[in-house]
Amino acid sequence: MNTLEEIVARAIAEFAAIGEPAKLEEAKAQYLGKTGLITEQMKTLGKLPPEEKKTAGAAINAAKGQIEEALNGRRDALKRAALEAQLSAEALDVTLPGRGRSRGGLHPVTRSLDRIEQLFRTIGFEVADGPEIEGDWHNFTALNTPEKHPARSMHDTFYLQAEDGSVQEDVLLRTHTSPVQVRYMQAHVEKYKNAATMPEIRIIAPGRVYRVDSDATHSPMFHQVEGLWVGEKVSFADLRGVLADFLRRFFESDDLTLRFRPSFFPFTEPSAEIDMAFMSGPNKGRWLEIGGCGMVHPNVLRHGGIDPEKYIGFAFGMGPDRLTMLRYGIDDLRLFFDGDLRFLSQFK
Amino acid sequence: MQFSENWLRSFVNPKLTSDELGHLLTMAGLELEELDPAAPAFNKVVVGEILTAEKHPNADKLRLTTVNVGGEVLQIVCGAPNAAVGLKVPCALVGAQLPGDFNIKAAKVRDVESFGMLCSAKELGIAEESDGLLVLPADAPVGTDIRDYLGLDDKLFTLKLTPNRADCLSILGIAREVAALTGCDLTAPEIKPAAVSSDKTRAVVVEAKQHCPRYAGRVVSGVNAAAVTPGWMVQRLARSGIRSISVIVDITNYVLLEQGQPMHAFDNAKLSGAIHVRLPKAGEQLQLLNGNTIAPDADSVLIADEARALALGGIMGGEESGVTTATTEIFLESAFFAPEVIAGKARALNFSTDSSYRFERGVDFSRQVDALERATQLVLEICGGAAGPVVEMVSEADLPKRQPLRLRLARLSKVIGMDFARGTVETQLKHLRFPWTADGDTFVVTPPAHRFDMEIEEDLIEEVARLYGYDNIPAPAPDNRVAMLPLPEMQRTPMQVRRLVAERDYQEVVNFSFVETAWEKDFAGNDKPIVLANPIASQMGVMRTTLIGGLVNTLSFNLKRRTSRVRVFEIGRCFWRDASGTPVPGFTQPLRVAGLAAGPADPEQWGSKSRNVDFFDVKGDVEALFAGQTLRFEKIVHPALHPGRSAAVLLNGERIGVVGELHPEWAQKYELGAAPVVFELELPALLAAPMPNYGSVSRFPVVERDLAFVVAQETSLQTLLDGLKQAADDIVKGVNLFDLYQGKGLEEGKKSLAFRVVMQDTRKTLADAEVDAAIEKLVAAAQQLGAELRA
Repeated sequence: MNTLEEIVARAIAEFAAIGEPAKLEEAKAQYLGKTGLITEQMKTLGKLPPEEKKTAGAAINAAKGQIEEALNGRRDALKRAALEAQLSAEALDVTLPGRGRSRGGLHPVTRSLDRIEQLFRTIGFEVADGPEIEGDWHNFTALNTPEKHPARSMHDTFYLQAEDGSVQEDVLLRTHTSPVQVRYMQAHVEKYKNAATMPEIRIIAPGRVYRVDSDATHSPMFHQVEGLWVGEKVSFADLRGVLADFLRRFFESDDLTLRFRPSFFPFTEPSAEIDMAFMSGPNKGRWLEIGGCGMVHPNVLRHGGIDPEKYIGFAFGMGPDRLTMLRYGIDDLRLFFDGDLRFLSQFK
Repeated sequence: MQFSENWLRSFVNPKLTSDELGHLLTMAGLELEELDPAAPAFNKVVVGEILTAEKHPNADKLRLTTVNVGGEVLQIVCGAPNAAVGLKVPCALVGAQLPGDFNIKAAKVRDVESFGMLCSAKELGIAEESDGLLVLPADAPVGTDIRDYLGLDDKLFTLKLTPNRADCLSILGIAREVAALTGCDLTAPEIKPAAVSSDKTRAVVVEAKQHCPRYAGRVVSGVNAAAVTPGWMVQRLARSGIRSISVIVDITNYVLLEQGQPMHAFDNAKLSGAIHVRLPKAGEQLQLLNGNTIAPDADSVLIADEARALALGGIMGGEESGVTTATTEIFLESAFFAPEVIAGKARALNFSTDSSYRFERGVDFSRQVDALERATQLVLEICGGAAGPVVEMVSEADLPKRQPLRLRLARLSKVIGMDFARGTVETQLKHLRFPWTADGDTFVVTPPAHRFDMEIEEDLIEEVARLYGYDNIPAPAPDNRVAMLPLPEMQRTPMQVRRLVAERDYQEVVNFSFVETAWEKDFAGNDKPIVLANPIASQMGVMRTTLIGGLVNTLSFNLKRRTSRVRVFEIGRCFWRDASGTPVPGFTQPLRVAGLAAGPADPEQWGSKSRNVDFFDVKGDVEALFAGQTLRFEKIVHPALHPGRSAAVLLNGERIGVVGELHPEWAQKYELGAAPVVFELELPALLAAPMPNYGSVSRFPVVERDLAFVVAQETSLQTLLDGLKQAADDIVKGVNLFDLYQGKGLEEGKKSLAFRVVMQDTRKTLADAEVDAAIEKLVAAAQQLGAELRA
């Protein structure tokens, strides 16, 4: 006759050896089924004297519990194994590339303009825009550059042919983004003509400009970004501060020095040329021309409808193409305009 | 402006190295463009005198010489054919280092000892080519270091001057500037009026007084115009980039460089009667020194005698009246021409002269006689002769005015952004030699005659800031107390649109706004584009009215470089004439965004069947750009596009662009292989972003029913959808096409369109009857349009 201990031990051993759920259920019947060994044991209880019944019953129940526990444990183990087998069968080569399209990217110069716009936005500059076929008045005259002014020879200007084939004198392809200054001032003054006070003007105006020039370092079309800040108390020192701050943020480096060189532009007075030098890297110590700037000439403010005695301000013009070349170490300007995807797609 | 440093230092000599001097000028606004040595480095070369020269005993082409190098006589073998007894030549001593790492050692040449080398100009690096030894003047002191003797320890300064600083177009002007910057003394050569020893003179009549407010001249007779220009003058001219021509011309050029005053010398014997400074007569012609014959503009000023025009005043002399080496009597001219008269004239004739360059920027109108005296002094010294009296005609009323300018100390501080002390400004005005008086805290400054750039208070402010040093002005970080900027939710920026397009796998490009004429014709059907008057090249001759041409060109460029999958876009302006255009009247120049996709729909991959991009891919991109809004597409004919595969894009009933496959004709012409798909949209349509429109979310279940209709092939989906939507009850939330079938089981020329109809009520669960009624209405509407319900 089997003792309860032997039955339990046998059941545990038997269950552990079974690998399939159906066989486990068959084995269960041997112990817990209607004619199973534990059920048989239960049946013998009735024949026992009442004082033994209690302890014997408890022993049988304990054995039954142990067998059920072993059974459930084994069931879970088999289920887990089955799931694992399934998962393993479903495994992918996760190193295969993902499906679908990739993502394009912005032109490197646009990428710089984006950063420039964002940086200036943090100090309250909005983005302004202007036409590229521009009137001679806005491009030159309003900027204190009357006809025959020697400064006009600094620009090689693209002119248009009138419909009768002659050269149309009153319009041109803008040679700089500076005409936006006057356009914006005029609109600003108009907008606030009935207001008690005129808010400050803080704008940057990025865009394409055109000059008759083409070689390794000049493109007949290139980019400029104009800046203008006009208020009651905007000084040359502020101009220095803003540009110094900008260049350090743009290049994410304090490792650069700036110098402001007196220069001449008809539309600013005083005027300066901004040079920058890195203190390390491939361009270490070389002065690089970044752009021109100065205090807005009183005549330009007047053309914009602004009283130069009450308001003063500064303007600057920078070459984002050049800034981009310095930022990414690009050595040929022409790469920006020939659409070579092997170059452009490096800018995601 | 290029000049010799030594020449400048003879005028003003600050205790600065060449580099420091260059930096000083740069930081004062006279940008140093180049600083080059006058001669390359070499040493131990002295003036030697050839005492004997015999044939080398062992070589036909060599000479054996003895050379006195001062206190020592050396035996030197020499190969130069011009080595002759008595000549003074440069002699490199043993131990000398010549340009090109050439070291001179004692050596045996064909068994004869040689202790040095006689040098040519080329061997010293001071000429590109030379023919034999450099022969020095007979009075060259033997033994002197050749660098000292020839002034080779000099540097060439090249300044890039801005148009406002015409006052610095001379040694005197730059010296004046250096003196102002450093406080050093100016030691310009004294100009003494020449003794008048001849009564020969020539009358001057100035008719064009406004054009020429001051004209000074004098006759110098008995000059030797064939005299040799002194070496120092030739050298100074050469170091300013001016070639020696003949002594009189050299002297006028020298005075121009030194004093900044353009001069002209006429052969007095070729003049008849008085000099007339006048406007041209109708049809008058003049042959210039450069050989060109011109018909001067009506507002040009001519120098003429009684017989004919002699010179184009302030620009160029005439061919016929010029000085030659045979000239014995000269008429020297030193005049002031008004800048506005000269401006642009030379440029209109396609040349520029040193004279016109200076006059159009402004020449000191007070110093014509000084310059004339300086030139006379040099002529008398070098060519001899007798000076006649100075004839000077002045029209004071027509000379430029120098109005006193008021410089307010407070305004100065406000504009520059720092406080300036009175004393600082006083010192600077003193250094600048600007006469001034004080009126409280205001300086009343009278600009000198040489400054044409002092017109308003700001000009003086710049002078103060410039002399103070721009880099000594503080650079405070921007004030952060800024009001927030507006951020309109219904307005995108072009930059945001760029990112949206890039997210759809398009790479941004920047193409030129001027294109080939053919592109305009092919891609826009435009026969009358705006033509550039002065294009850089013929293929960049007209302004574009579409961005498509540029994108096709980008595709072509990349295909040639074996990039087959090309997805590019551009945001840029297009241009055409339009009488109602704004803001520049006569022109419309809208911003557009255009894209092009060619080659495989996906990057090379393993995961799905490879196929080329098609119309619906790109249409899907366009729709995605307008997510949240409903676009309509209508078939169109467009010059660039396949007539059966192109559509106008409409937003709220307005046409905002096109999408389509490139016309196969252009794909072939431009060698693109399979036709790319392009889109071009008006940028403002994408800049407007709709405000999200919230509607409550229903808690009740959705009911879906599928309907399939058979329609004729040519019936567009849009026609059917429009009919269905019009008939839809409120409970119909969506009618979505989920299948398109044509082929087996359907009649020829028919197609089946299957829709899933989504229905829902916001207040209750839908009853079957409501659903059935709604579906019946849809079916009836479709049947109205000739559709059959597919079983």
